[in-house]
Amino acid sequence: MEKALVTDNEQPVFENEEFQVVAFKLGQEEYAVEILHVQDINRLLNITRIPRSDRHIEGVINLRGNIIPIVNLHTKFNLQASGNEEDKRIIVFQVDELKVGILVDEVSEVLKIERDAVEPTSKVYDSIETEHIKGIAKFEGRLMILLDLLKIFE
Amino acid sequence: MKMDMSQYLDIFLEESKEHLGNLNQKLLDLEKNAGDMAALNEIFRAAHTLKGMSSTMGFEDLADLTHHMEDVLVDFKEGTLQVDTISIDAIFKCFDRIQTIIEQIETGGNGEIDNSDLINILQSIKSGIIDKQGKGMVVSGDGNEMEESTENDEPDFQFSDYDLTILQEANSRNLKVLNLRAEVAPDSLMKSVRAFMVFKAIEEDSEIIKSNPGAQELEEGKFDNYFDLLIISKTDSQSLIKRLESISEIKVQSLTEIEVENLTVAGGEDEVAAVSEADNMVGSKKVSKIKQTVRVDIDRLDNLMNLVGELVMHKGRLEQIGATEKLTELNETIEQIDRISGDLQSVVMKVRMVPIEQVFNRFPRMVRDLSKDLNKEIDFLIEGKDTELDRTVIDEIGDPLIHLLRNAIDHGIELPAERVKFRKPTRGTLMLRARHEGNNVYIEVEDDGAGIDPERIKQKAVDKGLIGTREAEGLSREEAIELLFIPGFSTAEQVTDISGRGVGLDVVKNKIEALNGEINVDSKLGKGTKFKIKLPLTLAIIQALMISVRDEIYAIPLSSVDETTIITEADIKMIQNQEVIMLRGNVLPLYRLAVLLEVPTEATSDDMYVVVVRRADKQIGLVVESLIGQQEIVIKSLGKLLAGVPGIAGAIVAGDGNVRLILDIATLF
Repeated sequence: MEKALVTDNEQPVFENEEFQVVAFKLGQEEYAVEILHVQDINRLLNITRIPRSDRHIEGVINLRGNIIPIVNLHTKFNLQASGNEEDKRIIVFQVDELKVGILVDEVSEVLKIERDAVEPTSKVYDSIETEHIKGIAKFEGRLMILLDLLKIFE
Repeated sequence: MKMDMSQYLDIFLEESKEHLGNLNQKLLDLEKNAGDMAALNEIFRAAHTLKGMSSTMGFEDLADLTHHMEDVLVDFKEGTLQVDTISIDAIFKCFDRIQTIIEQIETGGNGEIDNSDLINILQSIKSGIIDKQGKGMVVSGDGNEMEESTENDEPDFQFSDYDLTILQEANSRNLKVLNLRAEVAPDSLMKSVRAFMVFKAIEEDSEIIKSNPGAQELEEGKFDNYFDLLIISKTDSQSLIKRLESISEIKVQSLTEIEVENLTVAGGEDEVAAVSEADNMVGSKKVSKIKQTVRVDIDRLDNLMNLVGELVMHKGRLEQIGATEKLTELNETIEQIDRISGDLQSVVMKVRMVPIEQVFNRFPRMVRDLSKDLNKEIDFLIEGKDTELDRTVIDEIGDPLIHLLRNAIDHGIELPAERVKFRKPTRGTLMLRARHEGNNVYIEVEDDGAGIDPERIKQKAVDKGLIGTREAEGLSREEAIELLFIPGFSTAEQVTDISGRGVGLDVVKNKIEALNGEINVDSKLGKGTKFKIKLPLTLAIIQALMISVRDEIYAIPLSSVDETTIITEADIKMIQNQEVIMLRGNVLPLYRLAVLLEVPTEATSDDMYVVVVRRADKQIGLVVESLIGQQEIVIKSLGKLLAGVPGIAGAIVAGDGNVRLILDIATLF
């Protein structure tokens, strides 16, 4: 239903008035991803390091018999990790055929966001390339960066 | 009415390809022996099914083409048209077109292709006879057409010893052996249901011994508008006919009593008309052998495999608990689970096995076309096509084999005139063999052609700057031939479109090695060349040696481990900045795994073990801290995102639930 969200980051087109996102923290900033892509939110499982892999690959985990690669967005976006160790989570996404997890400092909540509250990004952000972002979501005075997962994991 | 057929598309494509493979195979048989009725019948059957399937799926162009093809085939069958090279070539062209259409559909097309060129050819082949005979055959639908060609055919039952014993037994008990031909109305929508009702009605008081087509085909509705049954009955024919005719859309065409004394086992003398045709069928067992099969999506099998893998993993965990708790009852249960999960694993493995026939079947056609193009005369022989391999291996092995066969035809086997000069038979022989040995499958491609000249190879390699002149002189015959596998090597004097397009044997070698296999070549100048491929039976489960470096655990495939040994720091010598040890008088280069894998933590023990591994023909030693043991592991892929990390072949889920990585010796250092 929200295929347009994934493929078109210039002008997000949402068919419904409201959509749900999972909000989480990376460093000091708040991010969000569409809940449709979220498969699982987990405490930190034993992560197995992959030697000689890209810097932002944290390793792999066993999620119910499936091997899931874990991406460290902190290193990818040059962010500092923050928060308590026990708040850290792994969010596992499924985008098309690709299953992948990211390390986050804290999962805040699930929110309903109105489509009018998402602004397309034209400004340049220091840490994240614009092409990885679908827009900035506003929710009760908070600003959340809506990530384009497909672009990030390309 | 338009039905949504998309859900059947996969099955349609799969089955069409199967039929097409079969068609190609049988047409080759027919080309070799124009009187091969069994092959012709098989072609006819497959073409007919293909036609039915494609028109059901709404691919009209495909249906139309097969329909015209069938017209010609009918004439072959009736003997009104001679099987000759022109018509066979035309039909081969049709197969190619069908293949194109199917491929087009597979890639999302609508299957619409203009086939009028081929249809014109087919019609002119056919009209050649229409003129001579002065009778045209009006084809208005499946039913009429089939009736015309088969109405007077005797049912072609084939009897085994066992069947005959049953029939004789029935005869001695004064039961009647009846031969029934039932006809289903041509416009019947539920042929299979009608057939089923006939079965039901007969089985009330009689027994069905055989059916033609087989029970499964009947069940799936894969038959023309009639079918034959062999029945043992005590009821008189009239009441049986009456009972059957009460089923709607069913007509009894004939019901005759068979004299058991006159029957013989198939393959014997054709004393009885009923058996004479079966005699022709001996070559194609497929027609008579009824095997119950289920078509399963490969993903489901993979899923099953994963689940079994997990079961094995948790069994491992249970074993650990059993070892610490030392409870007799628990351990007994664990042993049972161990046995069952072992059996389960081997059953699942077997399910994934496919006969290599699937790959081999497309080759005879290719060899025929190529040798015709190149004006070479080649006998192509295939051995061991029943050899089974894991599905994943089967899918990958086709291209490398095509490459080797093309090479053999293009560069290996000489032109007939040349062969005569060397006092060889004018017809070259190309052998393709597969056999199963231990945990491996061996595939050989052998030709009796010109062979490989080591000197020419060396010269070529020097010319291309791949090796130096002095290096070339030092090479043995075997080493020179190995040069063939170096990237950028191609000895064809002339670039043909068959091979020598810059894609060399190195690609073949890479592919085979990616499958954990090996390839060797043996060649005698003037006598021929033999490529030998060794492949693992499966890629999914392997034996591995578990080792640890610092706090990390890795698995090394046992197939690449030669031996292990314990050493101390003092054993290590330096030669040209390379750490080595002496192992039974040989110098063995050493690599520290912790360094290769950039393990961040510090060493925890002073123990040093060396795992001697083999890559190609070279041995090296990997220094690790401890050997954990040998284990059967279920390989899992790391997925798209992590594909191509050097030194890592995949992952496993260990007994404790952690992910462990499998080292890939070929790319590790």
